[in-house]
Amino acid sequence: MHYPETREAMAALVQPQQVHRDLYISPEIYRLECRHLFSNCWLYVGHDSQVPKKGDYYTTQLADQPVIMVRHTDDQVHVLYNRCPHKGTKIAIDRTGNTGKFFRCPYHAWSFKTDGCLLAIPLKKGYEGTGLDQAEAGRGMTPVGAVHNYRGFVFARMAPEGIPFDEFFGDSLSSLDNMLDRSPAGRLEVVGAPLRYMHKCNWKMLVENQTDTCHPMVAHESSAGTAVKIWESMDKPEGTPTPPAMEIIAPFMSPYEFFEKMGIRTWPNGHGHTGVHHSIHSKYSEIPGYMDSLIAAYGEEKAKAILGENRHNTVYFPNIMIKGPIQQLRNFIPLGADKTLVESWIFRLVDAPDELLARTAMYNRMINAPTSMVGHDDLEMYERAQEGLHSQGSEWVNVQRLYEEGEDFDEEAVLNGTTERQMRNQFHAWLKFMTAGMPPSTPRGKGATKEAAE
Amino acid sequence: MTETLTATKVAVTRDDLIDFVYAEARMLDEGRFDEWLTLWATDGMYWMPLEWNQQDPILETSLLYEDQFMLRLRVERLNGARTFSQKPKSRCLHVLNRPDVDLIDNEAGRYKVVTRMIYVETRLDEQFELAITATHDLAWQDGLKITQKRVDILNCDAAFGNIQLLP
Repeated sequence: MHYPETREAMAALVQPQQVHRDLYISPEIYRLECRHLFSNCWLYVGHDSQVPKKGDYYTTQLADQPVIMVRHTDDQVHVLYNRCPHKGTKIAIDRTGNTGKFFRCPYHAWSFKTDGCLLAIPLKKGYEGTGLDQAEAGRGMTPVGAVHNYRGFVFARMAPEGIPFDEFFGDSLSSLDNMLDRSPAGRLEVVGAPLRYMHKCNWKMLVENQTDTCHPMVAHESSAGTAVKIWESMDKPEGTPTPPAMEIIAPFMSPYEFFEKMGIRTWPNGHGHTGVHHSIHSKYSEIPGYMDSLIAAYGEEKAKAILGENRHNTVYFPNIMIKGPIQQLRNFIPLGADKTLVESWIFRLVDAPDELLARTAMYNRMINAPTSMVGHDDLEMYERAQEGLHSQGSEWVNVQRLYEEGEDFDEEAVLNGTTERQMRNQFHAWLKFMTAGMPPSTPRGKGATKEAAE
Repeated sequence: MTETLTATKVAVTRDDLIDFVYAEARMLDEGRFDEWLTLWATDGMYWMPLEWNQQDPILETSLLYEDQFMLRLRVERLNGARTFSQKPKSRCLHVLNRPDVDLIDNEAGRYKVVTRMIYVETRLDEQFELAITATHDLAWQDGLKITQKRVDILNCDAAFGNIQLLP
């Protein structure tokens, strides 16, 4: 199906209680998302602890765009498209490294400062009088539209013009703040490589699942439910401590009522989180010495407030999720309508006891690895949905649990934890940022010409 | 653990160790998981690092680092009625190179065997292969038991889909 790049055409796909399946299965919608949605939003690039020294770089993808995050000589982190302006060669393909004071393309040795500016070209006299300074290639490596480093978390907006960082995220930054404040030094550091888990499904299924509180006790019965059964059947002397594995996995089997009462908060621009009042992370055992170090850093009142927040999953629209109490970030990188690379990163709380990091690493491998019993059942559901959506049974995906007439997504709201309002919030934001640069409708006759030309 | 051994005279041979590794792989291939669990020491750990030459299983992410509770959970889940990702079930095959016996210490009852193999797993129309190096640390505890099995995947840093059975 061909879609004109208009607000009218996109709006027809998003209704208050349902969305069209083409948002998940159409390669053309995916291409439009790459050109519009992912360009207009602020996307997570990486953490500045991945590039601690000048010249350090890290390569990644912003949707379908290869980019390099690099620390420049002025200590600022820059984000550049990973492409030589000359012939298109990727400048760096290792995931991390140090390039010194400049990048040098391995094909023809064009070199660039770490802010992208063209530094030198061998045998440059060959370009004398050719107008290279007027050509696109003469400008060096292209930077993304805008970069913002928020307490170490580096975000980029590819579009040169658009919504400012603070307006895009607004009060949702409170979740990132809470994750950061859990470090007595107020700082996080990336630990190790991410888990890389390939999903043959659309990226939105993963994002929606982050605040889908009606699936854990069903889809994860085989892992969490079995864990609870084994633990109950074991001979345990009184006072046997619950092993960390049980602390992590058993709460997935909590009853519906637990999830209803934990609450969901939505913020403008598609952000939101589960676990307003409590969450599956609330009952983790205390780590000796940790509270004391937080009190020393922040005072008792603030320390208690920091650990009193146990937000479950915070979705930062469009495509990341963080877990504050776990110090985890998951990046759902869309590689196609039916292909998503999920990277699960963990962070060390600077100046906090190592036991916290041990729990974080355990959570990551137990829940989010390609070898995870929990991950297996999630991926099974996504892939079944990706296939099922092609059926002629219906063209629509339902998102109307606890729908209310006249929902205003530009207002923050706290609701029953099993509402699908956050999913609706995401689709509201999807339409907003997908169409920010689109005309309202195709002028009469013009669409036909364009189609014919293509 | 090793104290038990001084009472009985143990003379584990190279062949015993090689046979052990082959028998373990066959149990996994044939889905004899309950029997497979009996091969483990009570504190035995199954480790599959995420990074090449990874040294720390605790403070860094691994693909797997599972104790006997987790392995038992894995096995019971595979047999469970509502294990949706195993409807239909996966099958696997370990194609082993000749194991290298790196350590035979009958005095201490400690042994190490390193085996290169191709691991194949299939379900529905999908099949994938992993090139792996399995390092078995074994101890004599009224029989050979696994104290650690480390599985290094050649392309451990690649993005994988589901790996549901045990390489």
